[in-house]
Amino acid sequence: MSGRFGSYILYRLATALVVLAGVSVLTFGLIYLTPGDPAETILIQQTDQHPSQAQIDAFRAEHGLDEPIPIQYLEWLSSALRGDLGQSYYSGRDVAALIVQHVPATLELAAASMLVALAIALPTGVLSAVHRGERLDAASQLAALVGVSMPNFWLGYLLIIVFSLHLSLLPVAGSGGLSHLLLPAVALGTGMAAIVTRLVRTSMLEVLDATYVEVARSKGLSERVVIYKHALRNALLPVVTVVGLQFGFVLNGAVVVEIVFQRPGLGMLLVDAVFARDYPVVQGVVLVGAVAFVVTNVLVDLSYRYLDPRIRLGGVPS
Amino acid sequence: MSHPEEQGGSLAGQSRHPAFSRLLGDLRRNPLTLAGALIVAALALVAVVGPVVLTTDPTAQDLPNRLQPPSAAHPLGTDQLGRDVLTRLVYGARLSLGIALAVTAIRVVVGTTVGVVAGYAGGWVDEALMRLVDVQLAFPGLVLALVVAGILGPSLRNVMLALAVVGWATYARVVRATVLSVSEREYVDAARLFGTPPRRIARRHLLPAVLNPVLVLATLNLGTVVLATAGLSFIGLGAQPPTPEWGTMLAGGRDYLRSAWWLVNAPGLAIVLTVLGFNLLGDGLRDALDPHQQSRLEEV
Repeated sequence: MSGRFGSYILYRLATALVVLAGVSVLTFGLIYLTPGDPAETILIQQTDQHPSQAQIDAFRAEHGLDEPIPIQYLEWLSSALRGDLGQSYYSGRDVAALIVQHVPATLELAAASMLVALAIALPTGVLSAVHRGERLDAASQLAALVGVSMPNFWLGYLLIIVFSLHLSLLPVAGSGGLSHLLLPAVALGTGMAAIVTRLVRTSMLEVLDATYVEVARSKGLSERVVIYKHALRNALLPVVTVVGLQFGFVLNGAVVVEIVFQRPGLGMLLVDAVFARDYPVVQGVVLVGAVAFVVTNVLVDLSYRYLDPRIRLGGVPS
Repeated sequence: MSHPEEQGGSLAGQSRHPAFSRLLGDLRRNPLTLAGALIVAALALVAVVGPVVLTTDPTAQDLPNRLQPPSAAHPLGTDQLGRDVLTRLVYGARLSLGIALAVTAIRVVVGTTVGVVAGYAGGWVDEALMRLVDVQLAFPGLVLALVVAGILGPSLRNVMLALAVVGWATYARVVRATVLSVSEREYVDAARLFGTPPRRIARRHLLPAVLNPVLVLATLNLGTVVLATAGLSFIGLGAQPPTPEWGTMLAGGRDYLRSAWWLVNAPGLAIVLTVLGFNLLGDGLRDALDPHQQSRLEEV
C-alpha cells in the first residue's frame, strides 16, 4: 500500500521536474517574443530615441545578450537555481530582492480573499447540497454563476463606489492595515467563493450518498447530526486541501485587483515591468509564480491522494 | 436508453438528429439554460445589427456634452469626451464577441488536433505532447497571457494571440482522454472486428464523443475569453483608446467613480451579462451533452 503511494510520489515528482524544466525554457524564451531585436527595443523604450549600434552592443555585453542563446539560457538558469534572478534594467536592483519585497502584499491578499471565499462558500455549499433540487439550491447555484461571471476589477470599483466614496467607511486604495485589505479581499474572494461553493456542494452531495451516511441514518441519528458530524467533516477534507492551495486563481486575480486598489504586490510589479520591458523582473516574477503554482499543484495532488484511501490504493494514472 | 452515436446511419428520417432534438427538449425544460441561450442570442443580435442601427461614430467626441448622466438622448449617459456610452457598448459587443469567437476557434482547432494526435499516436509522441500541455498549464493562464501580450506589444491583436496561445491545452487533455476511452469501448472493438474502416470508426464513434465535451468547453470558454480580454484591456495591454472596448471603457471611467458612476458600471454590467449568458448556456449544454463531465477540467 505505502509502496504504491511511494512510487506515485516519485512519479509525480519526476513529471514535475520535467514540467519545471519546460517552464524555465519558456520563461527564458519570453524575451525573444519581442518584435525585432530585444536590446534595440529595450533601448528605444528606455531612451525614447533610436540607439546607435555601439549602444546596442554595449547593452548586449552588459546584460549577457551577446552570447549564443543556449549559453544565455544555461547561465540564466544556473543563476536562478542559486537564487540570483539578475538585476532590473532600470533601477539596477536585485530582482530576487524586489520579489521578496512585493510578496507580502500579495500573500496577505491571497490569504484574506481565501478566508472571504470560505466564509461565503462553506455555508452556501452545504445548504445547497442539503436542500438539493429545492429553490434554495437553485438560487445559490445561480448566485455562484453570477459570481464566476463577475470581472473582479468591476466588483472592485463597485465596492469602492459604495464603501469608500458614498459611505466613507474604507480607504479607496493603497496598502496598510486591515482597512486597506478588506475591499480587495472581497473583490478577489467573491469569484473564488463561487468556485468553492460548487466544490463544497459536489463534495457534500457525494458524501451524503455514501454508505456510512446511510448507516448513520439507519442508526436513527438525527439528520442534523448526520449532516454536520458525519457528512460535513468528510466532505470538507478534499475541499479545504484544494482550496487552501488555489494558487493559480489567486495569482491571476491578484494582478487585476492590485491594479484596481493600487496595492504594491507581485501583480503590480509584474504589470509595471511588462510595460517597461524590464525583462529580468518579468522573467523573475513569472518563474517564481509558475514554480509556486507547480509545487502547490503537486502538493494538492499528493495530499488529495493521501487523504482519500480509495485513490491512494489506486494505480498511477496515465 | 438509446445512444444515438451507437446506432447506424440506416435510421434515417425522424431520428436523424436525436441528440439535437433531445438537446432542444433539455433547453426548454431548464429555465436557466434557456435564459443563457436568450442572452447569448440577444447579444449576437446586438453585435450584428446594433452598429447598423446606431450609426453614430462611437469615437466621435462631443466635448460640450461630456459626462452627461443617463437621459432620453443618451440612455447610458456620455463619457469624459462626450461620446455616447450606449453606442460604444454596442460596438464593444461586436468587438468582444468577435474576439471570443476567434480565440476560442483557434484554441479548439489547435487543442483538438494535439489531443487527437496524442491519443492516436501514443508512445513518445503522446508523452512529448502531454508534457507540453503540462508546461502550458503550469502557468497561471492570465499571468502568462499578460506577459505574452505585453512583450508582443499592447494591441487587441496581440491579446487575441496571447489568449489563443495559453488556452488550447485544456482541449488537448480532454480530447486525448476521450479518444483513449472511446477506442477502448466494446462497441468500437466490435466495429473494428467487423472490419469497419478506421476512417468510418473515427467519423461514427469518435467524432460525436469528442464533439460533445469540446462544444461544452468552447461555450464556457467564450465567457472566459470575454472576461480575460476585458481584463487585459483594462490593464492597458489590449484595445487602446479610443477603441470602444468594454475593458478599456471601464479603465477610462476610473477617474470618474464619484461624478459619473455610469462610466464603469455600464461596461461592467455588459461584461457580467455576456459571461453569465455563456456560463448558463455552457452549464446547460454540459448537463445535456456531457453527463460524464469530461469537460469539467481546469478553467483558464
